[in-house]
Amino acid sequence: MQVVPLEYYLLLSGILFSIGSIGVLTRRNMIIIFMSIEMMLNSVNLTLVAFSAFLGNPSGQIFVFFVMTVAAAEAAVGLAILLALFRSKKTIYVDEVNMLKW
Amino acid sequence: MNPEQLKILGSSFLGDLLKSVNLFYPETALVVTFLLAILVDLFTRNRPSCKMSGYVSLIGFFVTAIFLCNSPQGMSFAGTYAVDAFSIFFKWIVLITSFVIIVFSFFSKELFGEERQMGEYYTLIVGMTFGMFLLSGATNLILIYLAIETMSMSSYILAGYTKEIKRASEASLKYVIYGATSSGIMIYGISLLFGLTGSLNLSGINAYLAGNNVNHITLLISGIMIIAGIGYKISAVPFHFWTPDVYEGAPVTITAYLSVASKAAGFAILIRLLNSAFTIHAAGDTINTAWSVMKNVDWTMIIAVLSVLSMTLGNFVAVWQTNVKRLLAYSSIAHAGYILMGVAVMNYTGVSAIMIYLAIYMFMNLGAFFVVMIIANHIDSEDLEDYQGIGYRSPWLGVAMTIFMVSLTGLPPTAGFIGKLYVFTAVLNSGMYWLAVIGVLNSVVSLYYYVKVFRNMFLRGAEKANQPIELSLTVKVILIALIIPNIALGIWFGGLVNWANASAAMILK
Repeated sequence: MQVVPLEYYLLLSGILFSIGSIGVLTRRNMIIIFMSIEMMLNSVNLTLVAFSAFLGNPSGQIFVFFVMTVAAAEAAVGLAILLALFRSKKTIYVDEVNMLKW
Repeated sequence: MNPEQLKILGSSFLGDLLKSVNLFYPETALVVTFLLAILVDLFTRNRPSCKMSGYVSLIGFFVTAIFLCNSPQGMSFAGTYAVDAFSIFFKWIVLITSFVIIVFSFFSKELFGEERQMGEYYTLIVGMTFGMFLLSGATNLILIYLAIETMSMSSYILAGYTKEIKRASEASLKYVIYGATSSGIMIYGISLLFGLTGSLNLSGINAYLAGNNVNHITLLISGIMIIAGIGYKISAVPFHFWTPDVYEGAPVTITAYLSVASKAAGFAILIRLLNSAFTIHAAGDTINTAWSVMKNVDWTMIIAVLSVLSMTLGNFVAVWQTNVKRLLAYSSIAHAGYILMGVAVMNYTGVSAIMIYLAIYMFMNLGAFFVVMIIANHIDSEDLEDYQGIGYRSPWLGVAMTIFMVSLTGLPPTAGFIGKLYVFTAVLNSGMYWLAVIGVLNSVVSLYYYVKVFRNMFLRGAEKANQPIELSLTVKVILIALIIPNIALGIWFGGLVNWANASAAMILK
């Protein structure tokens, strides 16, 4: 069986990370922004696992568990804050949340 | 592996664990405090605005301080967590700030105005303290990431704690979006660094970088991504976008907390990362030897550029601010710039100058925010225009604020002068004259907006003198307690300087 080379994984994770960051920058809907952030974190997981397998060093895979846990916690906190804002402002679009400006 | 080998491995693991537990008493005390504060809150649930869990947290901080006093030093948990003089200094800054912030919270009308459940508030502050303790000693990338997240997650919630105020929930949402994005960027940098060096321990990374040739571009990208994540915590330009909004929207106590404690913890990890991972360490490395930064990437220049950007943007934008909290937000960005000058020097003189600066910055910034909070309690406003005549309505607040502003500007005889003096001396000694010149020019600009606060308080609105603001005795005592270090450290600074010099050493293993 032929092994998929490391570069393919890195390229894929680079593409996923870029899509995620572009999503954060351009999307207006906050739930989609959170999804884009999740995508960035998952691309990181892919890089870590790929490097870990390539180097034969398991600590990268251990790191992935922590990243997943933190991602879940971050989503929970983010959605709770979003809910609190939705109760007072009735919107989830970032451009309509603009009381604080320089 | 035969059973004999396993036994040796197991006993060395246990031995390391037992040794580590001895080094981990202050953190353990914080976790116990965290749990106790939740428990106490459960029993006092039906009495909103009860301060019981706040008192529990204060006692917990006191116990932590006792453990911190007697803390031994060493490397713990298989080389992932360093307890050294450097981290202990930063832990003191974090601990004192947390203590003072909880005391401030008791006086906040904003927090206690509504019938609000306050239990979680104290619990989260204790949790955040724990995260910052870990951050100041972390030497492993996993632990660094987890510590940053522990601290951030609590601060996201705290920033929006007054959730029925629209401003606060907006601030908290912006904070969580920027924060999650920047930590995503940081961890991508970490994954690249792991791929480059095959190690997650700072010492392992250091050993690999010193011995092998790695791809410079990848190292540069991963380093910048990690610095972006930390730069977000210390609110350095260009990672500062959240700072003004969050500082303005969050409750004053939390604004003060973010501006002092999380900035200090961020600087601790930035310095440790640069020193432990990207510097060549010779065998007889002592505090007095200069760092020899690895030649592959010019970290000094990157930090110096960040520093210049932060100082200049922070000071110039602050000039136009009309909201005092926002003004202090930009001033805190500018101060991050001054402190980054000390990082750019990349030697132990710079590190000890940073420690002196942060210790002094803690007292002056906490003082300024306390005055802002007390004024907001009485006049329900944080607008600079509404500050007119405060000096006549309450000479206490006026004089205190003036002292803090003079200290923030860095004029003698206040403590702020000593902080700036040591940072500028470190920069000049290292020969980066252009950086020192930009720093001094920036201090002159900062004088303008700090004096603007003073002018509104004393030179305008004298006719309001017939509406005096009465302060309670405890508020006066706290004001004096904050003014004393601001003056005293400007005159008797020898002790602090000696302590900082002795604490600049980091364990490199």
